[in-house]
Amino acid sequence: MKFSTYLEKISGVSVYPLISLLMFVAFFAIVTIWMYSINKTEIERIEKLPLEGNED
Amino acid sequence: MNLDKFSYDNKLPRLFAIACIFWGATGMLLGVIAAFQLAFPILNFSEYFPHLTFGRLRPVHTNAVIFAFVGNAIFTGVYYSIPRLLKTPMWSEKLGKIHFWGWQFIIVCAAVSLLMGFTTGKEYAELEWPIDIMITLIWVVFGFNMFGTILTRRERHLYVAIWFFIGSWVTVALLHIVNSFEIPVSFMKSYSWYAGVQDALVQWWYGHNAVAFFLTTPFLGLMYYFLPKAADRPVYSYRLSIVHFWSLIFLYIWAGPHHLLYTALPDWAQSLGTVFSIMLILPSWGGMLNGLFTLRGAWDKVREDPVLKFFVVAVTCYGMSTFEGPMMSLKNVNAISHYSDWTVAHVHIGALGWNGFLAFGMMYWLIPRLYKTKLYSVKLASTHFWIGTLGILLYAIPMYWSAFRSYFMMKAFTPEGQLQYEFIDIVQTIIPFYIMRAVGGTIFLIGVFIMIYNLIKTAKAGVFQTQEDAEAAPLTKAYRAPSNAIWHSFLERKPLLLLTLSLLVVGIGGIVEMVPTFLVKENIPTISSVKPYSPLELQGRDIYIREGCYNCHSQMIRPFRYEVKRYGEYSKAGEYVYDHPFQWGSKRTGPDLARIGGKYGDAWHFNHMLEPTSMAPGSIMPSYPSLFENNIEINSTRSKIHAMRKMGVPYPDGYEAIANNDLQKQAKEIAYKLKKDNDISIPNNKEILAIIAYLQRVGKDIKLEKH
Repeated sequence: MKFSTYLEKISGVSVYPLISLLMFVAFFAIVTIWMYSINKTEIERIEKLPLEGNED
Repeated sequence: MNLDKFSYDNKLPRLFAIACIFWGATGMLLGVIAAFQLAFPILNFSEYFPHLTFGRLRPVHTNAVIFAFVGNAIFTGVYYSIPRLLKTPMWSEKLGKIHFWGWQFIIVCAAVSLLMGFTTGKEYAELEWPIDIMITLIWVVFGFNMFGTILTRRERHLYVAIWFFIGSWVTVALLHIVNSFEIPVSFMKSYSWYAGVQDALVQWWYGHNAVAFFLTTPFLGLMYYFLPKAADRPVYSYRLSIVHFWSLIFLYIWAGPHHLLYTALPDWAQSLGTVFSIMLILPSWGGMLNGLFTLRGAWDKVREDPVLKFFVVAVTCYGMSTFEGPMMSLKNVNAISHYSDWTVAHVHIGALGWNGFLAFGMMYWLIPRLYKTKLYSVKLASTHFWIGTLGILLYAIPMYWSAFRSYFMMKAFTPEGQLQYEFIDIVQTIIPFYIMRAVGGTIFLIGVFIMIYNLIKTAKAGVFQTQEDAEAAPLTKAYRAPSNAIWHSFLERKPLLLLTLSLLVVGIGGIVEMVPTFLVKENIPTISSVKPYSPLELQGRDIYIREGCYNCHSQMIRPFRYEVKRYGEYSKAGEYVYDHPFQWGSKRTGPDLARIGGKYGDAWHFNHMLEPTSMAPGSIMPSYPSLFENNIEINSTRSKIHAMRKMGVPYPDGYEAIANNDLQKQAKEIAYKLKKDNDISIPNNKEILAIIAYLQRVGKDIKLEKH
């Protein structure tokens, strides 16, 4: 017996991967937009944070 | 502007660094021993030390490398970088000390208890419930200290490395708690709350994300801090690192089911795992390229600086394993790789290359700075680099080779339709590869000892700087973010929001996978012939778990012609409903045991446990003479049955009180039959009878249904 046959009882199980994909795409889009909204001079300051104290 | 004066503590980073190197060498040494045991079973010494057999040693090796070596490396980096990135000392030195000593105490308890056979039988989560509770407490202490520091910081922005630390902290907490739901039956013995398919899903949701959020994301934090520092230039793209962070933590949590392809796990969950695993290539490679591109225009430095050499290979190995992983999640590839040495090679590219080399690079950078001196010998460090690289290659290549070789042998049929090779033939052709792998591991370990020598010499040449003075302006309360940075300022001011968001992001994946799988419980057709284990079988099963049989034997037959022909009818989800914990295994060094019941006679098992080669010439299984001496622990039967009943295993009411009668009756029957049919004498109370009872039961319920 195939497992999918009795798993059909979870109504619309095929929608799970689809919802997951949509959620990720939306999430990814938000992060990307947010990232580009960061001001460039601020980025340049932040990315140097680990370098403080580098004397050599 | 008033500048606050304060100092960064170096004592804790140093302590964690020492612990990291010490446990690293120990864990790798255990790995080398275990590797040689596979090639030369006599090295199990099971007649003298039943505690050192492969089945018990291997979990100590994996736990030591993951939680002791990598764990202490993470803490070294965290306690060094967070204060410097936030311009404030760690919030509490006392909590830091509790964290350090607590973690080391846990490691010692873990090693001792695993060798003694106290194990939950779930890979990388083998530690028993009292240790699980200790881990939770110490993890909370660590979290308090980290968030205390973040909340009292003098740098408004949280550098991306800290995001990785926060994301890792919260997810590991979630994973550990959910996977460790277990019902104690005694001090140091418990049963997983989940059974069968559910247990498998939760375990690999945990197992995969232990790789993700313990071995990967915190180390990415280290990469984003130490790589720019060592190269003396900012990360290639800070924006990319943010996308890397969020997409990685979002995607990783879904990928667990790829460890269960072709098993009895529902198809939709398997597909979900595959899809998200493939998607993982993008953020992983984004991160890898971000690391490598940081070195643009500085490749001349890589030629001279051993720290950068280690980092380059580490990041490359990260890229290799994060490409290989998704490939292995494709069902057709997984058919070859699963249960084989391929998985072993894959994880060691990650563990030796990514974790090992990144940690080594960090140590070569850090120790001279803690002691305010130069590295004792750059040349020795370069030697270590080359030896280590050679070690990785010599480890991995034989394992890949052996995986393909065994796959082709496993599925070879004669023209008459019979399997061409016995399992033992395949084992025999693999042994040379096991030897090469063990040699590769040894070479890698020699490199580690060279590093230890080099670092000790370095420390001796310098003076330990207990602290480092610094000054910075405090944060102003009336800060207003620039108008074009709304989103950014929103998060940067609220680290707790960042924590909550991370939890939410990883939570979604977990929930979407878990909830239906717990619904599946109602949907798994009850196979009427599947019955709970008899008390003797249950005791036998606990011996099976104690001896770590699952490290080499699976109990999950995939629906392939060559597996069904070799092992028997493929496994069904409904067969495992009483298995607390599930014992599907992940590696077949020995054959699958899902249908072992009734395949051989009791005397075969009796002799096989005493001396495996007597029944299976050429076998590399250790012998288990202690099973013939130890008495079955009948005192625990009552609480074991009680715990099982509490979890819904349908033993009759009040059965715990009389279970031992049935246990003794069944043991007596097996002993009597051994005497009668084979003239073997064994007292009625020895453990061997319980393990025989269990093995003769495994997978038989379904065969009964056919009659």
